[in-house]
Amino acid sequence: MLKFTKDHEWLKVEDGTAVVGITAHAAEQLGDLVFVELPEVGKDVEKGGNAAVVESVKAASDVYAPIAGTIAEVNEAIVEDPSIVNSDPQGAGWFFKVKLASAGDADELLDEDAYKKLIAADS
Amino acid sequence: MEDNANGDAPGDLKRTPLDDLHIANGGRLVGFAGYDMPVQYKAGILKEHLHTRAAAGLFDVSHMGQLVISTPDGDVRKAALALEKLVPADIAGLGIGRQRYTYFTNDAGGILDDLMVANLGDRLSLVVNAATKEADEAHLRANLPGSIKVERLERALIALQGPKAEAALARLAPDCAAMRFMDVRELDIDGEVCTVSRSGYTGEDGYEISVPVAIAEPLAKALLEMEEVEPIGLGARDSLRLEAGLCLYGSDIDDTTTPVEAALMWAVQKVRREGGDRAGGYPGADVVAAQLKDGPDRLRVGLKPLGRAPVRGGASIYATESGGEAVGVVTSGGFGPSFGGPVAMGYVPAKLAEAGNGLFAEVRGKRLGVETCKLPFVEPGYRRN
Repeated sequence: MLKFTKDHEWLKVEDGTAVVGITAHAAEQLGDLVFVELPEVGKDVEKGGNAAVVESVKAASDVYAPIAGTIAEVNEAIVEDPSIVNSDPQGAGWFFKVKLASAGDADELLDEDAYKKLIAADS
Repeated sequence: MEDNANGDAPGDLKRTPLDDLHIANGGRLVGFAGYDMPVQYKAGILKEHLHTRAAAGLFDVSHMGQLVISTPDGDVRKAALALEKLVPADIAGLGIGRQRYTYFTNDAGGILDDLMVANLGDRLSLVVNAATKEADEAHLRANLPGSIKVERLERALIALQGPKAEAALARLAPDCAAMRFMDVRELDIDGEVCTVSRSGYTGEDGYEISVPVAIAEPLAKALLEMEEVEPIGLGARDSLRLEAGLCLYGSDIDDTTTPVEAALMWAVQKVRREGGDRAGGYPGADVVAAQLKDGPDRLRVGLKPLGRAPVRGGASIYATESGGEAVGVVTSGGFGPSFGGPVAMGYVPAKLAEAGNGLFAEVRGKRLGVETCKLPFVEPGYRRN
């Protein structure tokens, strides 16, 4: 199940765990990333709470947890090479995996069509 | 140079003569110092930055102020001596066709703006920052004698920067190739007289071209059609100048920082210093002389973050990893694409300013190691010979 947030994160939920990243639209808006800071494995995150930081040449931006849970795994590859987020934001450029606090929480997030409408309205 | 003023409301922004061209070229436009300006184009800040250092970048800096100071009889020395009452540089000694960096000071020795002054033979031409240009003009009118004429030039200003800038501009104005760093010439481009200086704000060789509004767009288009030239936005302009160790007015220097604290005394020539024929005589000269003699409390230095996280303007600087009060502040910081890592500058206590000192900058509640260092972060490419 692929879901999106209005803060331009995507998450793919399988077996109670969500893989989280930023959308292609967000990656394009941010520009070339030069630094990524990821949460520690085992950290509990609140829905909408700060989970990661990305920095472009110009500015730093927060990445929020789209859902409550516990960080189960992080993608060290994007820390080593932040450009992966720009080249493959919705694939190899994933950020972290969250073990969901409650399995149904993702249902209320945006589906792909709703997210596409949202970014079309923004631009 | 260049001012830091963001957050203008859209709608009442002024447009430069190149605004339509920015839109046509895919520029992402933002409010900056009251103008609708491209922060980047499609390539993005990182690639625009690297392109400028490798080839040539074209920047619209028409938002900056262009002023001319003259006397009715065209006596440039008289105009220069009058201007020296407001700035600490040797202006009367500036040769015809030469340009120099200086700043307006206040009575406390603070910097009101930084600017370029060129001697065009019968008049002086000034380039000042966008956000301060009205105040600068008023300052000149209020403080220069009535015999000195102050004029605002309504012209576009195009910067062409990078190692291939000479090859590109020489196709349109062959005489530009003979110019050295900080030379200024009036050259014919497309049948119009343009004022061309071999200078810029990137640390690279290049030119700033003051052009009549009517030919601004055709000239920019002609340059952009050349293989080595790409349009560059204000985002890369900022990262380029930061790597070059150049000050951003409003961030690194302002009316509370003196030239001594800002490490800008290189711009005060011998003749204007103690013992010189025209020593002092500008606002705050006594404060500057005293600081120079006794040493300032704080100094602007380069700061190299030891990790990979950028340390940005506004971050507090500490002497220790925990505890204690802040001892300084980062005034500019970000990622240096050519340096290949984070770069910053800021103010630290003079006793901690020596290159190689370990300090800490607070980022998101954590104190990250930084090291004081010499500026610039990249070797300049100026054409000095």
